Amino acid sequence: MNRDMLIKRSQLLQQLRAFFYAHSVIEVDTPMLSSAGVPDCHLHALTTQVQVSGQREPQTYYLQTSPEYPMKRLLCQGSGDIFYLGKVFRQDALSPRHQVEFVMLEWYRLGFSMFELMAEVATLVQQVLSVNSSPILTVEQISYQQAFVQHANIENIFTATAEQCQQCLATHGIAEIVGVDQNDKALWEQLVLTEVIEPNLGVQNGQPCLTFLYHYPASQAALAQVAANNPEVAERFELFVNGIELANGYHELADVQQYRARFEDSLRERKLLGYASIPLDENLLLALKQQPLPDCSGVALGVDRLFALQQGLDNIEKGIAFGLRKV
Amino acid sequence: MATYSTNEFKNGLKFLMDGQPCSIVETTSVSPGKGQAFNRVRYRNLMTGRVLEKTFKSGEKVEAADVVDTDLQYLYTDGDFWHFMDPSTFDQYQAMEAAVADVTKWLIEQDMCTVTLFNGQPIAVTPPKQITLEVVDTDPGLKGDTAGTGGKPATLSTGAVVQVPLFVQIGEKVIVNTEKGEYLSRAK
Repeated sequence: MNRDMLIKRSQLLQQLRAFFYAHSVIEVDTPMLSSAGVPDCHLHALTTQVQVSGQREPQTYYLQTSPEYPMKRLLCQGSGDIFYLGKVFRQDALSPRHQVEFVMLEWYRLGFSMFELMAEVATLVQQVLSVNSSPILTVEQISYQQAFVQHANIENIFTATAEQCQQCLATHGIAEIVGVDQNDKALWEQLVLTEVIEPNLGVQNGQPCLTFLYHYPASQAALAQVAANNPEVAERFELFVNGIELANGYHELADVQQYRARFEDSLRERKLLGYASIPLDENLLLALKQQPLPDCSGVALGVDRLFALQQGLDNIEKGIAFGLRKV
Repeated sequence: MATYSTNEFKNGLKFLMDGQPCSIVETTSVSPGKGQAFNRVRYRNLMTGRVLEKTFKSGEKVEAADVVDTDLQYLYTDGDFWHFMDPSTFDQYQAMEAAVADVTKWLIEQDMCTVTLFNGQPIAVTPPKQITLEVVDTDPGLKGDTAGTGGKPATLSTGAVVQVPLFVQIGEKVIVNTEKGEYLSRAK
């Protein structure tokens, strides 16, 4: 990587930190290694063997897929507003948008609603993407359900059938899908989202913009609260720019019982899919039991993608010193 | 039967789709943060040459195709088949017209060609990149232009027609590029 690009990347990291210092959000550096993992069945953690004292055999440790659990332990213990800016690891195939090792910015804001956090994310991303005196990008918000109406012509995705989703893919000329059960509505719905809708998100009249997709179905809540006035949707959002997912945030679940229930749902799904089980983070559950998570919203943002967007790179690897390349 | 899983996908990988041999042109992984990963694949059907697209759920498997490129010598055609031989083993192969249709005009007896075999049967033939052929017909009337600014069609001994400079005459030998079907120079 040339010095010019190194300087720009350094300036981005500095800009991100300055934003949070200015808002009195403190930086935390949480452990990358944990004896417990994230049960979410679509997150594949790298593992390593660690020789710990008192054990004959080396023990399996997981590299963090995000700093969420240790950050939440800190929040329970009274840390106040915090951010993490550093490496995380996810075992997924390399692509122009994915590296196994990448930089994540994750932050939590006490007392923020989902919409307040979306507004803060917008301010930060607008600042970053308006360098080189390019115009400030416009911001739009669209609910998950409305996005299916507007971009996929599906009136109500919550009641739509797998067949309707398949028809939608066909009408939009999407290439044939191989390996998905005809009746697996959740997966066909995901395909409509990724193949038909997402390419339209973060683009307005051919220009990049910020599109927040919010109120995901409660079935995809992850660790977000279910909306108080509508049990069908979760207070979860994602941000897209130029069709690229940039951030994923929640109004955070607070209660330990709900965490345990969601974790156990994930473990059951893992078993169903034939994936290896994963030890739950009992430290997190204990922290939540002693002191529920303060009311807060949190978000994780892919910094390499943000940098690629800022610099107009078509592959995040071009903005990373010594990224992994396909062989 | 050997199989490939989606995580083995890469450019040039040969696999079977609906019984037909195919080769991957491009593969892109799509993995949403909170969703199932997929592989978008563009591939060429080696029988028809058509490029197609499919999206595979991660972890899906495809059957490996027994496709190999081998250097064979072109012997002759009897009108129905085009005959090739492996000069080290003397094994002979018969290619049907579909496999050679695009290149018959570049096939010269004794020349070494790259022949793509699927289950031992030729499905595609690539002639040498440059070959030398005799001009059997071209307009002889234009003389005096040695700068080669203009051009004229010339029929070569295999029946191929290429644009040649005005100074090229019947009976001369020329070198042509078989990929582009273009005249390169006169042969000494």
